[in-house]
Amino acid sequence: MKNSRYIVVVGCGRLGSHLANCLSRDGNSVVVIDRVEMTLNDLSPDFSGFRINGDATHMAVLKEAKLKNADVLIATTHEDNVNLMVAQVAKKIFHVPHVLARVFDPKREEVYAQLGIDTICPTSVAAGMFLQAVANGGKGQNGTSP
Amino acid sequence: MKVIIVGGGETLFFLCRNFTARGYQVVIINREKDECIQLSRQLSAMVVCGDGSDAGILKEAGAIGADAILAITPNDQDNLVVCQLASLKFGVPKAIALANDPDNTEIFEKLGVSAFSTTQIVGSLIEQRASLEQILNLLPVGEGRVNVTEIVLGADSPVVGKLLKEINLPENALIAVIIRDNNPMIPRGENDLQEGDRVLLISLPENHGPVLKSLTGEQM
Repeated sequence: MKNSRYIVVVGCGRLGSHLANCLSRDGNSVVVIDRVEMTLNDLSPDFSGFRINGDATHMAVLKEAKLKNADVLIATTHEDNVNLMVAQVAKKIFHVPHVLARVFDPKREEVYAQLGIDTICPTSVAAGMFLQAVANGGKGQNGTSP
Repeated sequence: MKVIIVGGGETLFFLCRNFTARGYQVVIINREKDECIQLSRQLSAMVVCGDGSDAGILKEAGAIGADAILAITPNDQDNLVVCQLASLKFGVPKAIALANDPDNTEIFEKLGVSAFSTTQIVGSLIEQRASLEQILNLLPVGEGRVNVTEIVLGADSPVVGKLLKEINLPENALIAVIIRDNNPMIPRGENDLQEGDRVLLISLPENHGPVLKSLTGEQM
């Protein structure tokens, strides 16, 4: 485990819990934050990190997650604005070196790129893959056939 | 002056009524269709139904060319993003966000958005009013960095009967107006203070207590 990093994942939905499980399995120290306690149960039984039940837009919750020690923060809640706020707070106030936010709305993504926030837009990513698949005319490509 | 307000509820309604009465052009953005219908019936403002943190909706509300935007929804994250989009994408000169969580006031300012917290303002008002019955009025201005206070001088005030130049006011404080028998005057050093005078005081919050004490003699 030479590359163990301290990673905070905000949001424990399908994406958040999947990322947390993978990152934890790879030997990173992972903290998962979610507003709803139930969703934290979606983590796999071998998840070895910490779980925090709370609203990540509250400073107290981010402090509890010891965000100032974090190497990476990933904001994956289903609300764009929560992700954007948490990402900015992590970058500008807690000085987390690597911050990533999921943003569904491509128009919002542009603006936050200007502010130096790294975003991943599932809409743009999926659109890109669809377009590529269409351009290839459905000719045998990775992931297109079951 | 063209103002966009994002939010709902009583605060938005009365704010908007106030602004339109002053002749401002107001555009409201609200998510709830029913509330939008109600608002458009009750107010002489344009109402746009949708998410204020969506660039398309902001554009529809005429964000290009707006003088100010006010985000007062119950969600801090939405207020932040509304203001950032408005100023970064549409160049709205003044973007002000409500911080429902008082801790977020400082954070929003650090992220480049002007913020205010009603909890903080109301809290300090109640605290300062309750602590001294001589205070008739207190108004925080400049995002709460300056206090304008109206007090009445009682018979036991240590400054009654003194000339203004004889009073040793703490730093960063000014007696701006004296109202005596309903006649306001801008005082100079030669003016005196009398019992029953209403004094308009300008001070900074950090020395608000000592300044009041020097005029009323009371312990804060």
